[in-house]
Amino acid sequence: MSDEIIETATDEDVDRLVKRMSRRGFIAAGVAAAAAYGGWKWLRTRERIGDLEWPLRRTLQANENLSEAYFSRKRLTPTFPPSRIGKPRINGHLGLTPNIDAENWRLNIEGAATPIALTMSDIMSLPRREQISELRCIEGWSMIVKWTGVRLSDLMAKFPPAQRVNYVGMETPGRGYYVGLDIDSAMHPQTLLVWAINNQMLNWHHGAPLRLYIPVKYGIKSIKRIGLIRYTNVRPDDFWAERGYDWYAGH
Amino acid sequence: MKQLVKKHPLAIRWFHWINFPLLALMIWSGILIYWAYPSFRIGIGDFTLAKMTLGQTTYRKLHVNNRLAEGMALHFFFMWFFAINGVLYVAYTVFSGEWRHLVPNRKSFKEAIHVVLHDLHLRKDAPPPRKFNGAQQIAYTAIILMGLGSLLTGLAIYKPVQFSWLVSLFGGYQMARFFHFWLTVGYVVFFVIHVAQVIKAGWNNFRAMVIGYEVRQR
Repeated sequence: MSDEIIETATDEDVDRLVKRMSRRGFIAAGVAAAAAYGGWKWLRTRERIGDLEWPLRRTLQANENLSEAYFSRKRLTPTFPPSRIGKPRINGHLGLTPNIDAENWRLNIEGAATPIALTMSDIMSLPRREQISELRCIEGWSMIVKWTGVRLSDLMAKFPPAQRVNYVGMETPGRGYYVGLDIDSAMHPQTLLVWAINNQMLNWHHGAPLRLYIPVKYGIKSIKRIGLIRYTNVRPDDFWAERGYDWYAGH
Repeated sequence: MKQLVKKHPLAIRWFHWINFPLLALMIWSGILIYWAYPSFRIGIGDFTLAKMTLGQTTYRKLHVNNRLAEGMALHFFFMWFFAINGVLYVAYTVFSGEWRHLVPNRKSFKEAIHVVLHDLHLRKDAPPPRKFNGAQQIAYTAIILMGLGSLLTGLAIYKPVQFSWLVSLFGGYQMARFFHFWLTVGYVVFFVIHVAQVIKAGWNNFRAMVIGYEVRQR
Protein backbone atom coordinates (compact mmCIF):
# COMPACT_ATOMS: atom_id res chain seq x y z
CA MET A 1 0.00 0.00 0.00
CA SER A 2 1.24 3.42 -0.92
CA ASP A 3 0.63 5.10 2.45
CA GLU A 4 2.31 2.43 4.56
CA ILE A 5 5.63 4.33 4.52
CA ILE A 6 6.04 8.04 3.87
CA GLU A 7 9.55 9.09 2.86
CA THR A 8 10.68 12.63 2.38
CA ALA A 9 13.80 14.36 1.12
CA THR A 10 15.08 15.46 4.54
CA ASP A 11 14.58 14.70 8.23
CA GLU A 12 13.21 18.22 8.64
CA ASP A 13 10.45 17.39 6.19
CA VAL A 14 9.49 14.38 8.30
CA ASP A 15 9.43 16.56 11.42
CA ARG A 16 7.26 19.15 9.68
CA LEU A 17 4.91 16.48 8.37
CA VAL A 18 4.52 14.73 11.71
CA LYS A 19 3.92 18.08 13.37
CA ARG A 20 1.10 18.83 10.94
CA MET A 21 -0.41 15.37 11.37
CA SER A 22 -0.16 15.68 15.13
CA ARG A 23 -1.87 19.04 15.15
CA ARG A 24 -4.71 17.64 13.08
CA GLY A 25 -4.88 14.41 15.07
CA PHE A 26 -4.88 15.99 18.50
CA ILE A 27 -7.36 18.69 17.51
CA ALA A 28 -9.69 15.95 16.24
CA ALA A 29 -9.13 14.05 19.50
CA GLY A 30 -9.90 17.20 21.50
CA VAL A 31 -13.08 17.86 19.55
CA ALA A 32 -14.17 14.21 19.99
CA ALA A 33 -13.45 14.37 23.74
CA ALA A 34 -15.39 17.64 24.04
CA ALA A 35 -18.30 16.13 22.10
CA ALA A 36 -18.29 13.07 24.36
CA TYR A 37 -18.27 15.29 27.45
CA GLY A 38 -21.06 17.41 25.96
CA GLY A 39 -23.07 14.27 25.25
CA TRP A 40 -22.61 13.13 28.84
CA LYS A 41 -23.69 16.51 30.22
CA TRP A 42 -26.70 16.52 27.89
CA LEU A 43 -27.71 13.01 29.01
CA ARG A 44 -27.51 13.84 32.70
CA THR A 45 -29.54 17.06 32.45
CA ARG A 46 -32.57 15.64 30.60
CA GLU A 47 -36.04 15.82 32.03
CA ARG A 48 -36.69 12.93 34.37
CA ILE A 49 -39.35 10.24 34.09
CA GLY A 50 -39.74 8.14 37.23
CA ASP A 51 -36.59 9.78 38.66
CA LEU A 52 -34.49 8.86 35.64
CA GLU A 53 -33.30 10.99 32.69
CA TRP A 54 -35.68 10.25 29.84
CA PRO A 55 -33.06 8.76 27.47
CA LEU A 56 -32.17 6.24 30.19
CA ARG A 57 -35.85 5.52 30.90
CA ARG A 58 -36.53 5.08 27.17
CA THR A 59 -33.59 2.71 26.92
CA LEU A 60 -34.93 0.62 29.80
CA GLN A 61 -38.25 0.48 27.95
CA ALA A 62 -36.55 -0.52 24.69
CA ASN A 63 -34.66 -3.22 26.61
CA GLU A 64 -38.02 -4.29 28.06
CA ASN A 65 -39.55 -4.61 24.58
CA LEU A 66 -36.64 -6.79 23.51
CA SER A 67 -36.93 -8.90 26.66
CA GLU A 68 -40.68 -9.32 26.30
CA ALA A 69 -40.28 -10.37 22.67
CA TYR A 70 -37.77 -13.03 23.73
CA PHE A 71 -39.60 -14.08 26.91
CA SER A 72 -41.11 -17.56 27.02
CA ARG A 73 -43.23 -19.09 29.78
CA LYS A 74 -41.51 -22.37 28.93
CA ARG A 75 -38.12 -21.14 30.15
CA LEU A 76 -37.91 -21.94 33.82
CA THR A 77 -35.80 -20.80 36.71
CA PRO A 78 -33.63 -23.70 37.91
CA THR A 79 -35.01 -25.77 40.78
CA PHE A 80 -32.72 -27.29 43.38
CA PRO A 81 -32.53 -30.34 45.65
CA PRO A 82 -33.46 -29.85 49.36
CA SER A 83 -29.74 -29.84 50.27
CA ARG A 84 -29.43 -26.41 48.63
CA ILE A 85 -32.12 -24.79 50.78
CA GLY A 86 -30.80 -21.79 52.67
CA LYS A 87 -32.08 -19.36 55.27
CA PRO A 88 -34.67 -16.84 54.12
CA ARG A 89 -33.40 -13.30 54.31
CA ILE A 90 -35.47 -10.31 55.41
CA ASN A 91 -34.98 -7.18 53.39
CA GLY A 92 -37.29 -4.27 54.03
CA HIS A 93 -40.74 -3.82 55.51
CA LEU A 94 -42.38 -1.48 53.03
CA GLY A 95 -46.15 -1.70 53.39
CA LEU A 96 -45.88 -4.17 56.28
CA THR A 97 -47.04 -3.88 59.86
CA PRO A 98 -46.51 -6.38 62.70
CA ASN A 99 -50.19 -6.65 63.53
CA ILE A 100 -52.01 -9.02 61.23
CA ASP A 101 -55.67 -9.76 61.55
CA ALA A 102 -55.58 -13.09 59.74
CA GLU A 103 -59.29 -13.73 60.35
CA ASN A 104 -60.41 -10.61 58.55
CA TRP A 105 -57.68 -10.55 55.91
CA ARG A 106 -59.01 -10.88 52.36
CA LEU A 107 -57.35 -11.04 48.98
CA ASN A 108 -59.32 -8.61 46.87
CA ILE A 109 -59.41 -9.02 43.12
CA GLU A 110 -60.35 -6.15 40.84
CA GLY A 111 -60.98 -6.50 37.13
CA ALA A 112 -62.81 -9.83 37.26
CA ALA A 113 -66.46 -10.02 36.18
CA THR A 114 -67.47 -9.13 39.75
CA PRO A 115 -65.34 -7.87 42.67
CA ILE A 116 -63.86 -10.82 44.54
CA ALA A 117 -62.64 -11.14 48.12
CA LEU A 118 -60.91 -14.42 48.94
CA THR A 119 -60.01 -15.93 52.31
CA MET A 120 -56.82 -17.93 52.89
CA SER A 121 -58.79 -21.16 52.74
CA ASP A 122 -60.24 -20.17 49.35
CA ILE A 123 -56.67 -19.74 48.09
CA MET A 124 -55.38 -22.90 49.75
CA SER A 125 -58.06 -24.91 47.97
CA LEU A 126 -56.24 -24.35 44.67
CA PRO A 127 -53.64 -26.96 43.57
CA ARG A 128 -50.74 -26.72 45.99
CA ARG A 129 -47.22 -26.17 44.62
CA GLU A 130 -43.83 -26.63 46.25
CA GLN A 131 -40.75 -25.28 44.63
CA ILE A 132 -37.11 -24.96 45.71
CA SER A 133 -35.74 -22.05 43.73
CA GLU A 134 -33.82 -18.82 43.90
CA LEU A 135 -35.00 -15.32 44.68
CA ARG A 136 -32.57 -12.78 43.21
CA CYS A 137 -32.53 -9.42 44.89
CA ILE A 138 -31.84 -6.35 42.77
CA GLU A 139 -29.04 -5.55 45.23
CA GLY A 140 -27.12 -8.60 44.05
CA TRP A 141 -27.69 -11.22 46.73
CA SER A 142 -29.87 -14.25 46.15
CA MET A 143 -31.37 -17.00 48.26
CA ILE A 144 -32.53 -20.52 47.55
CA VAL A 145 -35.52 -21.51 49.70
CA LYS A 146 -38.56 -23.74 49.48
CA TRP A 147 -41.71 -21.91 48.48
CA THR A 148 -45.16 -23.31 49.22
CA GLY A 149 -48.26 -21.87 47.63
CA VAL A 150 -50.37 -21.84 44.50
CA ARG A 151 -49.72 -20.72 40.98
CA LEU A 152 -50.91 -17.21 40.24
CA SER A 153 -51.99 -18.58 36.85
CA ASP A 154 -54.25 -21.13 38.61
CA LEU A 155 -55.85 -18.36 40.64
CA MET A 156 -56.31 -16.30 37.49
CA ALA A 157 -57.85 -19.28 35.70
CA LYS A 158 -60.36 -19.76 38.48
CA PHE A 159 -61.09 -16.05 38.86
CA PRO A 160 -60.40 -14.77 35.34
CA PRO A 161 -60.20 -11.16 34.19
CA ALA A 162 -63.43 -9.81 32.69
CA GLN A 163 -61.52 -9.07 29.49
CA ARG A 164 -58.09 -9.82 28.01
CA VAL A 165 -55.56 -7.79 30.00
CA ASN A 166 -51.89 -6.95 29.57
CA TYR A 167 -51.01 -6.28 33.19
CA VAL A 168 -51.51 -7.35 36.76
CA GLY A 169 -51.02 -4.85 39.57
CA MET A 170 -50.62 -5.82 43.23
CA GLU A 171 -50.78 -3.74 46.40
CA THR A 172 -50.29 -4.22 50.11
CA PRO A 173 -53.34 -3.32 52.24
CA GLY A 174 -53.17 0.46 52.50
CA ARG A 175 -50.95 0.66 49.39
CA GLY A 176 -47.68 1.11 51.28
CA TYR A 177 -46.04 -0.96 48.57
CA TYR A 178 -47.21 -1.82 45.07
CA VAL A 179 -45.85 -3.55 41.97
CA GLY A 180 -46.80 -3.84 38.34
CA LEU A 181 -46.38 -7.03 36.33
CA ASP A 182 -46.70 -7.79 32.64
CA ILE A 183 -49.21 -10.56 31.99
CA ASP A 184 -46.63 -13.02 30.57
CA SER A 185 -44.54 -12.89 33.73
CA ALA A 186 -47.64 -13.10 35.95
CA MET A 187 -48.81 -16.21 34.07
CA HIS A 188 -45.40 -17.92 34.25
CA PRO A 189 -45.87 -21.39 35.75
CA GLN A 190 -43.32 -20.69 38.51
CA THR A 191 -44.99 -17.48 39.66
CA LEU A 192 -46.54 -18.41 43.00
CA LEU A 193 -48.75 -16.94 45.69
CA VAL A 194 -46.87 -18.17 48.74
CA TRP A 195 -47.94 -18.77 52.35
CA ALA A 196 -44.91 -20.76 53.59
CA ILE A 197 -41.14 -20.59 53.21
CA ASN A 198 -39.05 -23.63 54.18
CA ASN A 199 -42.23 -25.26 55.60
CA GLN A 200 -42.77 -22.33 57.99
CA MET A 201 -45.93 -20.27 57.67
CA LEU A 202 -44.93 -16.72 56.76
CA ASN A 203 -44.33 -14.33 59.63
CA TRP A 204 -45.05 -10.64 59.17
CA HIS A 205 -41.45 -9.91 58.06
CA HIS A 206 -41.91 -12.21 55.09
CA GLY A 207 -45.35 -10.91 54.23
CA ALA A 208 -47.92 -12.98 56.13
CA PRO A 209 -50.41 -14.23 55.29
CA LEU A 210 -49.77 -14.28 51.53
CA ARG A 211 -46.95 -12.98 49.35
CA LEU A 212 -45.80 -13.25 45.78
CA TYR A 213 -42.78 -15.17 44.53
CA ILE A 214 -42.02 -14.31 40.93
CA PRO A 215 -38.67 -15.78 39.80
CA VAL A 216 -38.78 -14.11 36.39
CA LYS A 217 -38.31 -10.75 38.13
CA TYR A 218 -35.96 -9.22 40.65
CA GLY A 219 -37.05 -9.65 44.28
CA ILE A 220 -38.53 -6.13 44.37
CA LYS A 221 -41.49 -7.52 42.42
CA SER A 222 -42.14 -10.36 44.89
CA ILE A 223 -44.53 -8.21 46.91
CA LYS A 224 -45.27 -9.26 50.49
CA ARG A 225 -48.67 -9.27 52.19
CA ILE A 226 -50.82 -8.86 49.11
CA GLY A 227 -54.10 -7.06 49.78
CA LEU A 228 -55.23 -6.41 46.24
CA ILE A 229 -54.72 -7.93 42.82
CA ARG A 230 -55.87 -5.85 39.88
CA TYR A 231 -56.30 -7.08 36.30
CA THR A 232 -55.81 -4.11 34.03
CA ASN A 233 -54.82 -2.76 30.65
CA VAL A 234 -53.33 0.33 32.22
CA ARG A 235 -49.68 -0.17 33.11
CA PRO A 236 -49.83 -0.38 36.91
CA ASP A 237 -47.81 1.96 39.12
CA ASP A 238 -44.71 0.41 40.59
CA PHE A 239 -43.12 1.61 43.82
CA TRP A 240 -39.50 1.25 42.73
CA ALA A 241 -40.07 2.25 39.09
CA GLU A 242 -41.11 5.63 40.46
CA ARG A 243 -37.72 5.78 42.18
CA GLY A 244 -35.37 5.29 39.24
CA TYR A 245 -35.62 1.52 38.79
CA ASP A 246 -36.65 -0.43 35.71
CA TRP A 247 -40.41 -1.06 35.62
CA TYR A 248 -39.93 -4.45 33.96
CA ALA A 249 -37.01 -5.68 36.12
CA GLY A 250 -37.40 -9.03 34.37
CA HIS A 251 -35.27 -12.12 34.30
CA MET B 1 17.29 9.25 7.81
CA LYS B 2 13.77 9.47 9.31
CA GLN B 3 10.62 8.13 7.76
CA LEU B 4 6.97 7.82 8.73
CA VAL B 5 5.62 4.31 9.02
CA LYS B 6 1.90 3.53 9.25
CA LYS B 7 1.13 1.67 12.48
CA HIS B 8 -2.55 1.81 13.48
CA PRO B 9 -5.42 1.99 10.95
CA LEU B 10 -7.92 4.82 11.49
CA ALA B 11 -10.73 2.39 12.42
CA ILE B 12 -8.68 0.74 15.16
CA ARG B 13 -7.72 4.12 16.62
CA TRP B 14 -11.40 5.08 16.83
CA PHE B 15 -12.44 1.73 18.33
CA HIS B 16 -9.64 2.07 20.89
CA TRP B 17 -10.43 5.61 21.99
CA ILE B 18 -14.20 5.10 21.98
CA ASN B 19 -13.76 2.03 24.14
CA PHE B 20 -11.80 3.97 26.76
CA PRO B 21 -14.63 6.18 28.09
CA LEU B 22 -17.21 3.43 27.51
CA LEU B 23 -15.29 0.91 29.61
CA ALA B 24 -14.71 3.60 32.23
CA LEU B 25 -18.46 4.28 32.38
CA MET B 26 -19.26 0.56 32.56
CA ILE B 27 -16.83 0.13 35.45
CA TRP B 28 -18.06 3.24 37.26
CA SER B 29 -21.75 2.34 36.90
CA GLY B 30 -20.74 -1.20 37.91
CA ILE B 31 -19.30 0.23 41.14
CA LEU B 32 -22.61 2.03 41.77
CA ILE B 33 -24.33 -1.35 41.44
CA TYR B 34 -21.74 -3.26 43.46
CA TRP B 35 -22.12 -0.84 46.38
CA ALA B 36 -25.55 -2.36 47.14
CA TYR B 37 -24.00 -5.77 47.88
CA PRO B 38 -20.19 -5.66 47.97
CA SER B 39 -19.80 -9.35 48.65
CA PHE B 40 -16.50 -10.36 47.08
CA ARG B 41 -13.20 -10.90 48.83
CA ILE B 42 -9.71 -12.25 48.38
CA GLY B 43 -9.28 -15.33 50.52
CA ILE B 44 -9.57 -19.08 50.85
CA GLY B 45 -12.20 -20.83 52.94
CA ASP B 46 -12.60 -18.93 56.21
CA PHE B 47 -9.44 -16.91 55.66
CA THR B 48 -10.05 -13.47 54.15
CA LEU B 49 -7.06 -11.45 53.03
CA ALA B 50 -9.08 -8.49 51.81
CA LYS B 51 -12.74 -7.66 51.34
CA MET B 52 -13.46 -6.16 47.95
CA THR B 53 -15.30 -3.20 49.36
CA LEU B 54 -14.58 0.39 50.27
CA GLY B 55 -16.38 0.85 53.58
CA GLN B 56 -19.41 3.10 53.82
CA THR B 57 -17.39 6.21 54.73
CA THR B 58 -15.28 5.92 51.60
CA TYR B 59 -18.34 5.15 49.48
CA ARG B 60 -19.94 8.33 50.78
CA LYS B 61 -16.79 10.38 50.24
CA LEU B 62 -16.62 9.23 46.63
CA HIS B 63 -20.39 9.76 46.24
CA VAL B 64 -20.94 6.25 44.97
CA ASN B 65 -23.38 5.22 47.72
CA ASN B 66 -27.16 4.78 47.36
CA ARG B 67 -27.03 5.01 43.57
CA LEU B 68 -28.07 1.47 42.59
CA ALA B 69 -30.98 2.55 40.35
CA GLU B 70 -28.84 5.12 38.55
CA GLY B 71 -25.98 2.64 38.18
CA MET B 72 -28.24 0.00 36.65
CA ALA B 73 -29.86 2.48 34.24
CA LEU B 74 -26.43 3.69 33.07
CA HIS B 75 -25.09 0.13 32.86
CA PHE B 76 -28.01 -1.00 30.70
CA PHE B 77 -27.66 2.10 28.51
CA PHE B 78 -23.92 2.05 27.85
CA MET B 79 -23.76 -1.76 27.57
CA TRP B 80 -25.10 -1.43 24.02
CA PHE B 81 -22.38 1.01 22.94
CA PHE B 82 -19.69 -1.04 24.69
CA ALA B 83 -20.86 -4.29 23.06
CA ILE B 84 -21.36 -2.80 19.58
CA ASN B 85 -17.97 -1.09 19.63
CA GLY B 86 -16.32 -4.35 20.68
CA VAL B 87 -18.11 -6.42 18.04
CA LEU B 88 -17.23 -3.89 15.31
CA TYR B 89 -13.59 -3.91 16.44
CA VAL B 90 -13.36 -7.69 16.21
CA ALA B 91 -15.17 -7.71 12.84
CA TYR B 92 -12.76 -5.07 11.55
CA THR B 93 -9.64 -6.97 12.64
CA VAL B 94 -11.02 -10.10 10.96
CA PHE B 95 -11.96 -8.52 7.63
CA SER B 96 -8.93 -6.24 7.36
CA GLY B 97 -6.50 -9.04 8.19
CA GLU B 98 -5.26 -6.97 11.14
CA TRP B 99 -5.90 -10.00 13.37
CA ARG B 100 -2.66 -11.50 12.02
CA HIS B 101 -0.72 -8.93 14.04
CA LEU B 102 -2.88 -9.42 17.13
CA VAL B 103 -3.53 -13.13 17.59
CA PRO B 104 -0.71 -15.00 19.33
CA ASN B 105 1.17 -17.68 17.41
CA ARG B 106 3.54 -20.47 18.39
CA LYS B 107 6.40 -18.03 19.06
CA SER B 108 4.34 -15.56 21.07
CA PHE B 109 4.51 -17.29 24.43
CA LYS B 110 8.29 -17.72 24.39
CA GLU B 111 8.64 -14.15 23.22
CA ALA B 112 6.24 -12.93 25.91
CA ILE B 113 8.51 -14.40 28.61
CA HIS B 114 11.45 -12.65 26.93
CA VAL B 115 9.52 -9.35 26.98
CA VAL B 116 8.60 -9.68 30.64
CA LEU B 117 12.18 -10.56 31.65
CA HIS B 118 13.50 -7.65 29.59
CA ASP B 119 11.00 -5.21 31.13
CA LEU B 120 11.93 -6.40 34.62
CA HIS B 121 15.62 -5.81 33.74
CA LEU B 122 16.35 -9.50 34.19
CA ARG B 123 17.40 -9.91 30.57
CA LYS B 124 19.45 -7.41 28.60
CA ASP B 125 18.73 -8.11 24.93
CA ALA B 126 15.53 -6.54 23.63
CA PRO B 127 12.90 -8.67 21.91
CA PRO B 128 12.87 -8.39 18.10
CA PRO B 129 11.05 -5.20 17.06
CA ARG B 130 7.64 -5.98 15.54
CA LYS B 131 4.30 -4.22 15.42
CA PHE B 132 3.11 -6.15 18.45
CA ASN B 133 5.44 -8.40 20.43
CA GLY B 134 4.37 -11.72 21.91
CA ALA B 135 3.37 -10.20 25.24
CA GLN B 136 1.25 -7.60 23.49
CA GLN B 137 -0.40 -10.20 21.27
CA ILE B 138 -1.36 -12.24 24.31
CA ALA B 139 -2.55 -9.21 26.24
CA TYR B 140 -4.58 -7.69 23.39
CA THR B 141 -6.20 -11.00 22.52
CA ALA B 142 -6.88 -11.87 26.16
CA ILE B 143 -8.61 -8.51 26.72
CA ILE B 144 -10.98 -9.27 23.83
CA LEU B 145 -11.77 -12.70 25.28
CA MET B 146 -12.33 -11.01 28.63
CA GLY B 147 -14.70 -8.59 26.93
CA LEU B 148 -16.62 -11.53 25.52
CA GLY B 149 -16.62 -13.04 29.01
CA SER B 150 -18.06 -9.83 30.45
CA LEU B 151 -20.83 -9.76 27.84
CA LEU B 152 -21.76 -13.40 28.47
CA THR B 153 -21.60 -13.26 32.27
CA GLY B 154 -23.45 -9.94 32.07
CA LEU B 155 -26.20 -11.49 29.97
CA ALA B 156 -26.43 -14.38 32.44
CA ILE B 157 -26.89 -11.96 35.35
CA TYR B 158 -29.22 -9.69 33.36
CA LYS B 159 -31.64 -12.45 32.22
CA PRO B 160 -30.91 -15.47 34.44
CA VAL B 161 -34.13 -17.31 33.61
CA GLN B 162 -34.27 -16.72 29.85
CA PHE B 163 -30.58 -17.65 29.67
CA SER B 164 -30.50 -20.16 32.51
CA TRP B 165 -28.34 -22.46 30.34
CA LEU B 166 -25.69 -19.74 30.35
CA VAL B 167 -26.05 -19.33 34.12
CA SER B 168 -25.46 -23.06 34.68
CA LEU B 169 -22.49 -22.91 32.31
CA PHE B 170 -20.88 -20.42 34.71
CA GLY B 171 -21.86 -22.54 37.72
CA GLY B 172 -24.87 -20.63 38.97
CA TYR B 173 -26.10 -17.07 39.39
CA GLN B 174 -23.63 -16.06 42.09
CA MET B 175 -20.73 -17.58 40.13
CA ALA B 176 -21.73 -15.55 37.06
CA ARG B 177 -21.61 -12.45 39.28
CA PHE B 178 -18.22 -13.60 40.59
CA PHE B 179 -16.74 -13.89 37.10
CA HIS B 180 -18.33 -10.62 36.00
CA PHE B 181 -16.73 -8.86 38.96
CA TRP B 182 -13.26 -10.35 38.64
CA LEU B 183 -13.12 -9.72 34.90
CA THR B 184 -13.63 -6.06 35.77
CA VAL B 185 -10.76 -6.20 38.24
CA GLY B 186 -8.81 -7.71 35.33
CA TYR B 187 -9.52 -4.63 33.19
CA VAL B 188 -8.22 -2.37 35.93
CA VAL B 189 -5.02 -4.43 36.18
CA PHE B 190 -4.70 -4.39 32.38
CA PHE B 191 -5.19 -0.61 32.36
CA VAL B 192 -2.45 0.00 34.93
CA ILE B 193 0.08 -2.18 33.09
CA HIS B 194 -1.00 -0.82 29.70
CA VAL B 195 -0.53 2.81 30.74
CA ALA B 196 2.83 2.02 32.38
CA GLN B 197 4.01 0.33 29.18
CA VAL B 198 2.80 3.23 27.03
CA ILE B 199 4.68 5.70 29.23
CA LYS B 200 7.77 3.52 29.02
CA ALA B 201 7.50 3.17 25.22
CA GLY B 202 7.46 6.93 24.82
CA TRP B 203 5.75 9.69 22.92
CA ASN B 204 6.38 8.40 19.39
CA ASN B 205 4.55 5.18 20.22
CA PHE B 206 1.67 6.97 21.96
CA ARG B 207 1.27 9.49 19.17
CA ALA B 208 0.90 6.65 16.68
CA MET B 209 -2.36 5.69 18.43
CA VAL B 210 -3.63 9.19 17.62
CA ILE B 211 -2.20 9.99 14.17
CA GLY B 212 -1.59 6.45 12.95
CA TYR B 213 2.06 6.93 12.00
CA GLU B 214 5.31 6.35 13.83
CA VAL B 215 8.61 8.05 13.09
CA ARG B 216 11.40 5.56 12.47
CA GLN B 217 15.00 5.61 11.40
CA ARG B 218 15.47 4.17 7.94
